[in-house]
Amino acid sequence: MEKFTTVTGVGVPLKRSNVDTDQIIPAVYLKRITKTGFDDALFAAWRKDPDFVLNDPLYKSGTILVAGPDFGTGSSREHAVWALRDYGFKVVISPRFADIFAGNSGKQGLVAAKVPEPNVERLWELMDASPGLELTVSLEDCTIVAGGETFAFDIDEYTRWRLREGLDDISLTLRNEDAITQFEARRAGWLPKTLPIASTVAE
Amino acid sequence: MYTEESAPRTLAEKVWNDHVVVRGENGEPDLIYIDLHLLHEVTSPQAFDGLRAAGRGLRRLDQTIATEDHNTPTLDIDRPIADPTSRTQIQALRTNAAEFGVRLHSLGDAEQGIVHVVGPQLGLTMPGITVVCGDSHTSTHGAFGAIGLGIGTSEVEHVMATQTLPLKPFKTMAINVDGILRPGVTAKDIILAVIAKIGTGGGQGYILEYRGSAIRALSMEGRMTICNMSIEAGARAGMVAPDETTFAYVKDKPHAPRGADWDEAVAYWRTLPTDDGARFDREITINADELEPFVTWGTNPGQGIALSENVPDPDDFADENDRAAARRALEYMDLTPGTPMKDIPVDAVFMGSCTNSRIEDLRAFASIIKGKTKAESVRVMVVPGSAKVRLQAEAEGIDKIVEDFGAEWRFAGCSMCLGMNPDQLAPGERCASTSNRNFEGRQGKGGRTHLVSPLVAAATAIRGRLSSLSDVAEEVMA
Ligand code: SF4
Repeated sequence: MEKFTTVTGVGVPLKRSNVDTDQIIPAVYLKRITKTGFDDALFAAWRKDPDFVLNDPLYKSGTILVAGPDFGTGSSREHAVWALRDYGFKVVISPRFADIFAGNSGKQGLVAAKVPEPNVERLWELMDASPGLELTVSLEDCTIVAGGETFAFDIDEYTRWRLREGLDDISLTLRNEDAITQFEARRAGWLPKTLPIASTVAE
Repeated sequence: MYTEESAPRTLAEKVWNDHVVVRGENGEPDLIYIDLHLLHEVTSPQAFDGLRAAGRGLRRLDQTIATEDHNTPTLDIDRPIADPTSRTQIQALRTNAAEFGVRLHSLGDAEQGIVHVVGPQLGLTMPGITVVCGDSHTSTHGAFGAIGLGIGTSEVEHVMATQTLPLKPFKTMAINVDGILRPGVTAKDIILAVIAKIGTGGGQGYILEYRGSAIRALSMEGRMTICNMSIEAGARAGMVAPDETTFAYVKDKPHAPRGADWDEAVAYWRTLPTDDGARFDREITINADELEPFVTWGTNPGQGIALSENVPDPDDFADENDRAAARRALEYMDLTPGTPMKDIPVDAVFMGSCTNSRIEDLRAFASIIKGKTKAESVRVMVVPGSAKVRLQAEAEGIDKIVEDFGAEWRFAGCSMCLGMNPDQLAPGERCASTSNRNFEGRQGKGGRTHLVSPLVAAATAIRGRLSSLSDVAEEVMA
């Protein structure tokens, strides 16, 4: 996972509330066997509508999604975060996130930035005034800069630390690499070993 | 679960404490070492993909083993799998196992089978270990006095990369089952009664320990049946303390310790049972003497009653949620309150799944159907838990008994337990099933499932409606 400090990119206004994970990625895409390459699945149903914001060439390359309240509700599928990440989003801004979605985001390097509703509306106004406007999101001081205005955002301290250090769950655990290796050295020799193979059938 | 070593401790606490790599502080999880990691085709592909994307390897290939089970067909196993999703998942496992060097038992291999049948039969599941798998019924392995945890795909990747998991300690619950089971009453009936008693959420946050004389008297396979369904009570895991029965079962299995290692292992295993005076967070008691064959009437495993009883009336439930749930369940199951359970005819009988597909289960089933013919209207499928179990059963002539009875003798896999392969119920069909989940549509869209023991399954297959052993015996005598 890459370290996140500051990102500047096109803001995409998604003027809807309660964007649930079924909308972010419909269930049919869950049959896939990979953890990457979900960019085509993001908002798949909505993208069939030519007027959907991501179909506007101005927003196609957006990296910062600015959505209404209660983003990421519904099923706990991690695929929702994978799809946003694979599409290229680095940040989602919303007045409120579903807990599980926010948790999953932190683990995959996606910043879920909480901004009070009036400020989200102000961001939409700024983006409407100059479509394709670039926003700058900084985890250093938890701010969003857009069109000369600065907005503060909220994110829990632990998640912020992880994102700045670029630590996914596995890298976090691997900080204890020495302890794991020492534990392994102490283990009894008779504990289960799958290799080399002993067969039941030849007996 | 932080009892000092000098104080009396439970089985679960001992196993847990012996696997702490780093003790979590301030409410942080403990980092727990994982002895054995079991893989199958459904929950592993994304974990492998994650490793690949991050450029990581699999840390302990010698503590990892894979098998194909959820999607495998149980007929024509030498032909390509017809369903594209199933085929893709299985192909992905084969490609990943080859790329990372994971030991894999593929369809057609003599060691292939349901992951929870394969681990114990290879002697990889042993007392005092931690074993995980991307499948909720990993609780099965707790029958050996191990901590067996079902995990999600991200955790599968975590274990692959680090051989550890950050886990919060669990609470402990003692399930005391004392007394002697009556003839025709089995381990399956015990666990269905336990779940009916504590409810599908009753075990949440707990590791259950099954104790008492009725549990001690069970074979290992019976204990596996019980631990298997701990998850249906909402528990994270279920355990039985290891004893002579356990040691005898593990001994001489292909991967069991041998020679001096065996002695050392057994000496350690003898230290594991819960100490006298150890405290459980909760205790439940079940009287084994009074138990009868059990059956579910609804759409969750907690909705069960004795087979001799009638379909319950939703209005009789004290709790409003239970009333509503019962009403919904009866509608889905197309049952009328007051109907004797034994009057309910079935279309199918499924004998299989990681709950009841081991050799003893097949023997029990075969002993009842031997020399009889199935009820004409019923379709009966017998699916061994592993290719090895199938071979063993064939060596004992069980395949012949099954076929003479008019039932289908299939190849190993999860099969109609979840219907990911073509073994499914048609909408509206009713099935007596030895599996573990009677959720709506679990065995096929619109299918209706009654969970039962192998003995009840056999009696039901003979009579064409839900029946116990005594019903069959009476008919024979009459
Ligand atoms: S037999 Fe059923 S419960 Fe067991 S692992 Fe297979 S699908 Fe899951």
